[in-house]
Amino acid sequence: MSTATKKDKQTKAEARKRSEELMHAAILFAGDSGDGMQLAGTQFTNASAVFGNDVSTFPDYPAEIRAPAGTLGGVSGFQIHFAHQKIHTPGDRLDALVAMNPAALKVNLKNLKEGGVLIVNSDEFTKANLARAKFDANPLESGELQPYRLYKVPITTHTLEAVKETGLPPKQASRCKNFYALGLVFWLYDRPLENTLRWIDTKFAKVPAVATANALALKAGYNFGDTAEIFDLRYKVLPAKLEPGIYRNMTGNQATALGLITAARLAGKPLFYGSYPITPASDVLHELSARKEFDVRVFQAEDEIAAMCSIIGAAYAGNVAATGTSGPGVALKQEAIGLAVITEVPCVVVNVQRGGPSTGLPTKTEQADLFQAIIGRNGECPLPVLAARSPADCFDAAIEAVRIAVKYMTPVMLLTDGYIGNGSEPWRVPDVGSLQPIKITHATDPETFQPYLRDEHGARPWAIPGTPGLQHRIGGLEKEHITGNVCYDPENHQKMTELRARKIENVVHDIPDQDVYGQSEGDLLLISWGGTFGAVRTATEDLVHDGRKVGHMHMRWLNPMPANVADILKRFKHLLVCELNMGQLQFVLQARYRVETLGLHKVQGKPFMVHEIAEKAEEILGGN
Amino acid sequence: MSATATKPNPKQYKSSQEVRWCPGCGDYSILTQLLKTFADLGVKKENTVIVSGIGCSSRFPYYVDCYGFHSIHGRAPAVATGVKVANPDLDVWVITGDGDGLSIGGNHLIHTIRRNVGLKIILFNNKIYGLTKGQYSPTSEFGKKTKSSPFGAIDHPIHPISIAIGAEVTFVARCVDVDGKLMQQVFRRAAEHKGTAFIEVYQDCNVYNHGSFAYASDRKVRDDHLVYLEHGKPMIFGKEKNKGIRLNGTEPEIVELGKGITPDDLLIHDERAPSPTHAYLLSRMHYPEMPEPVGIFRDIELPTYEQLLHSQIHDVIEQRGKGELEKLFTSGDTWKVD
Repeated sequence: MSTATKKDKQTKAEARKRSEELMHAAILFAGDSGDGMQLAGTQFTNASAVFGNDVSTFPDYPAEIRAPAGTLGGVSGFQIHFAHQKIHTPGDRLDALVAMNPAALKVNLKNLKEGGVLIVNSDEFTKANLARAKFDANPLESGELQPYRLYKVPITTHTLEAVKETGLPPKQASRCKNFYALGLVFWLYDRPLENTLRWIDTKFAKVPAVATANALALKAGYNFGDTAEIFDLRYKVLPAKLEPGIYRNMTGNQATALGLITAARLAGKPLFYGSYPITPASDVLHELSARKEFDVRVFQAEDEIAAMCSIIGAAYAGNVAATGTSGPGVALKQEAIGLAVITEVPCVVVNVQRGGPSTGLPTKTEQADLFQAIIGRNGECPLPVLAARSPADCFDAAIEAVRIAVKYMTPVMLLTDGYIGNGSEPWRVPDVGSLQPIKITHATDPETFQPYLRDEHGARPWAIPGTPGLQHRIGGLEKEHITGNVCYDPENHQKMTELRARKIENVVHDIPDQDVYGQSEGDLLLISWGGTFGAVRTATEDLVHDGRKVGHMHMRWLNPMPANVADILKRFKHLLVCELNMGQLQFVLQARYRVETLGLHKVQGKPFMVHEIAEKAEEILGGN
Repeated sequence: MSATATKPNPKQYKSSQEVRWCPGCGDYSILTQLLKTFADLGVKKENTVIVSGIGCSSRFPYYVDCYGFHSIHGRAPAVATGVKVANPDLDVWVITGDGDGLSIGGNHLIHTIRRNVGLKIILFNNKIYGLTKGQYSPTSEFGKKTKSSPFGAIDHPIHPISIAIGAEVTFVARCVDVDGKLMQQVFRRAAEHKGTAFIEVYQDCNVYNHGSFAYASDRKVRDDHLVYLEHGKPMIFGKEKNKGIRLNGTEPEIVELGKGITPDDLLIHDERAPSPTHAYLLSRMHYPEMPEPVGIFRDIELPTYEQLLHSQIHDVIEQRGKGELEKLFTSGDTWKVD
């Protein structure tokens, strides 16, 4: 074939296919929990991020590693929102859905926009699978998918054909179907394959046949989109105009780990991380375990309690110390957290919240540990509490938590959640030189040393074992003011309780004033904390754009709260607290500020949709 | 040691705090012997940390002039692990009791021992809950009548040394609170041991469980009820040194020396046996059927947890170079926005 002819054919093929530019798109890869959907989603995310889009992701998977195949409970999904503009959420409604089996279709179809792209693996729509997904009739034939742009692709068959030359047995060969689906979606959204091909090479370097098979499947999926007559429209989402800099894609748990490493480095200290595996916090443990070149001392403890106690010991001995866990783990740690409060030892407790109570919904998100964080211990036991608002923000929040812990000699609780812990977004790499050092001073002078003599912030000295002449005893029994000796004196207990409380109140001097986005006064203030930031901010943007007198107060600091909160609350007619619980921040605000608030509560193991916030706001605003 | 003149006085290791155990409590003697050991070894106060849990014994740190941490019930080994990993140069002692260490804190004790963290753990066993005023403990005898078991305990007791051996302990010993000499020897050897050293001390609670170890502490009878373990020596015991322990199949039995039985027929104590079988067998010898061994059951050398942890860090740094934040931040796929 001559070059001219080849080119001619290509042009014809391209001409056949229309291309449409989009500001943003939300897509979902959904399949059985063993179908490799998380991997496909992660690869699509990375390719889009490197391409220059703003991205926001939401991996959603069952608690079972391999739930019964083909069942509704076993569906695993990875949602990606990628955009030509700044975005805050993984998207409400889907522009495209890839359903690898009937169950994945059943679970996710309701989120697909009318007219949205629906790619199904038609091979899997067998009688047995349809029954497992509780379909009475085959939806591919019943006409119920009429409202969507349905593409029935025999993904399994195509994959097997594509990888035939590698000689892999059929079972193994069919595992490459996630890459086939990924290739097809890459074509659909005009993404380059190079990134993923490189990743395949590295990941499967030790099993070349698998590497080749995955690469073949990926290319086959892409080429099918390119050549098959049925695909006549593809989409372009151009790079976003983000703040200049170097970026990388990061999950919240990765960001937390990097933040802790960075904080320790800024403090000139080794990092001690004591933790017990728990979903969805284990990725922090994994990330830190792999970073030993930063002198990270990772201790995988025998249980949650030991993890907490070990960080108290390590902090007492002079390390920057942290633990990571989720709700049930925090419940187990609370007695030991109280020990850190009364011994005034600096440490950080990261709580990647999940659905509760008890074991609850291990892999699903919720924000129902605010009470547990602020008031969930025996005795009068205050500690600073802050919450990260997005995956990338976990980095800054972790550093802030360490900074406050060592300055005020206190445990600090950092709240994140499964949604931002597992979700990802682009992270602008900070300039290392611009990061503020964390100043730590240890007591060394035996002449002036008193274990519970407080500085101007209310903090006691950090005297570490090994320092000559400063031998002293601390513990869980009440301390005498200044000397730190055991003391049961009634007035002393009152005084010490007040001193501990005041110390935590003093943290207010180290936290920025509360800001309000949108209108600074008006009809409605939307209030949020933690991972709900994105949905509430997006809803506010839309409402403000529509001329509504609406503001958004997103609270990073939950204990203490910034000094100007009381004033902000007075400036709006209505206060709507949006949280993934039954009204915990609402309760705290009402108690603290004596204000009437409204609540938007969701406990479905899922993040807020933007439209849920907007609809509630419109309901309150009425015709205003 | 020859330089007795420069050797510190045990009193120098006492803190200013008034000791508040009940008069006549066995804890006093343990405190005295540990202070003597510290003085004898000339340990640096500032490099010594004593961590305890909750219970009578756990008040111990307040009475010693070194760094002390009176933690929460059962958790001392976990706090101490954090201390030791953070700074392996510190000498870290853990003081616990039968309730603290074997009931609420049983999990931590087992896992600390199996990791071989370089901690010296002294478990004061008085077979009773003293601080809560007299309930049966995990080491109380079956049928023991206490406030919480007025008709007799229906729990079977746990045997601390068997537990420690089951958890692969590298140093384990037993002492009786009235035997200061042996305690000092054992504490000293524990101090020199690199991994976890676990010491059970039979301690009399003279208020709630007085005399529960009389068979092992009463001068008149104790020699007939205890075997003093000596490495490489046949296991002979009795006031007259006329009895010994012989192995009959896999079970130990008491034999009388003479009448054709010589020390050569007896079980030879081997504290360095690589297999824990011998030590375990000794740990199963209980009064009144058998004399109970005291002294060092087992003392073997294995890498400690903190050594392994730090050498892993060291190796990774060798391999990858010391971590740099710039490199860390830009690891993985990055892109530039102009």
